[in-house]
Amino acid sequence: MIELRQSFTNGADLVSHFLWPTLMLVALFFLRDREFGSTGFALGLLALPSILGMNAAMGMVSMSQLLTADREDGTLLRAKATPNGMRGYLIGRVVSVALGLLADLAILLIPGLLIIDGLAIGDVGSWLTLLWVLVLGLIATLPIGAVLGSLFTSARGQGLVQLPVLGLIAISGIFYPITALPGWVQWIAQLSPIYWMGLGMRSALLPAEAVAVEIGDSWRHWETVAVLGVWAILGLLIAPVVLRRMARRESGSTVASRRERALQRVG
Amino acid sequence: MLKAEEDVVAVQGLRMRYGATEVLRDVTFRIQPGEVLAVLGPNGAGKTTTIEILEGFRMRSAGAVEVLGVDPAYGDEAWRARVGVVLQSWRDHSKWRVRELLAHLGGYYAPYATAAIPRPWDADELIELVGLTGQAEQKLKTLSGGQRRRLDVAIGIVGRPELLFLDEPTTGFDPVARHEFHALVRRLTDELRTTILLTTHDLDEASKLADRVLILSGGRIIASGTPAALTTQIAGASLEDAYLTLVRSSEKGQDR
Repeated sequence: MIELRQSFTNGADLVSHFLWPTLMLVALFFLRDREFGSTGFALGLLALPSILGMNAAMGMVSMSQLLTADREDGTLLRAKATPNGMRGYLIGRVVSVALGLLADLAILLIPGLLIIDGLAIGDVGSWLTLLWVLVLGLIATLPIGAVLGSLFTSARGQGLVQLPVLGLIAISGIFYPITALPGWVQWIAQLSPIYWMGLGMRSALLPAEAVAVEIGDSWRHWETVAVLGVWAILGLLIAPVVLRRMARRESGSTVASRRERALQRVG
Repeated sequence: MLKAEEDVVAVQGLRMRYGATEVLRDVTFRIQPGEVLAVLGPNGAGKTTTIEILEGFRMRSAGAVEVLGVDPAYGDEAWRARVGVVLQSWRDHSKWRVRELLAHLGGYYAPYATAAIPRPWDADELIELVGLTGQAEQKLKTLSGGQRRRLDVAIGIVGRPELLFLDEPTTGFDPVARHEFHALVRRLTDELRTTILLTTHDLDEASKLADRVLILSGGRIIASGTPAALTTQIAGASLEDAYLTLVRSSEKGQDR
């Protein structure tokens, strides 16, 4: 909780909270009247829910970056030196990342609703769908983020992690309906949780007719649950093992030597 | 001689090896309740490794170690609550405020309070004790080096530890900050009977604070005793003379 308030009362963090949503909104603004093929749906309309989904999936990246940063500056070691500190640390991190994402979603969604019309936000059902996709999506992606964060020891390694994630986002039907992409790309995209989170969001917020641009003309809710569920189970099984291994290796001298390396990079 | 159960720390035949390099070879020592033990030695002598093994942050290669009656490699959360740790340099939680962080971290110790030892320490009382009253609402990243270090010590003792580890606590301090820090350590030992293990490069600091000094070189203990005894034993004018004589002769021995 305290972390979140700090994040919103801190200049640099505040910029990053608003920068991406703002860029997205600008893009949406220009996309709003362009139609996708002959379907009669505005691209902007299709993209907004997808971007929401992507944003939620990006929690994976921020989780992983936070872990690396916390290892570099000794936060993790501090937690280790405190009774029950590790558990408290992890719960705190998950909560703060999740709440941060919710805030980002709100920042994006509220102006988005004003720019784009034709979203199905009238009934309770769409909000419920939004909720379960979000919750399941977070359970699927945050443990993966934690695993990535523990495997890569330096901030530079984290940069490398981002590349494939960005690649996945590009092909995940976020900005362009996935059916417009070649078949083999569609296959890769459908392995990642990002595609399914985008799809789930679209199913929640778009009118029923929009299903025509999806694979198999279906929202495929069951498949969404299945794929996200598999990722969630994998993540929850692997994360504790990897995290424990990482925590065991943490000591004062490893923090010190990482800091020296980091300084050398700068110097 | 006290029995092993009454010692706060008991180390017997401790060895540590990284690959082919031996960092610690057969280190044996004890610390009694309320005692301040300073570990001295050149860089790479194994001071930090020793302290990290005792803190339970590092696995040893061989030997027996007991800290507060528990093997630190298997120390549980209740054991963790009785030990305070101040490492060489920490710059975490930079966006937190001083009081906020102390109160938050103190909260973790509350379940481990006993009748004799109320845990945690009240944040405001602790802030006053380390002389940070004026900075209580400041963010950590705005603290000076000395203030930050005093906060590290405050965090180290927020759970009212029975044993406190201080790894080179005054590196980079100006003389005033150092003086204040020494006064703080003395208050801890005099008023609370905290047992302290500290490593340092500052011989003056060791002779001022420590009841007993241990000199490590090349992974071995080459001398131990009270600062005064070491000085007379080596027939030097000060602890510094004694230290230089001992370390130089031990390094010659290792060259072979």
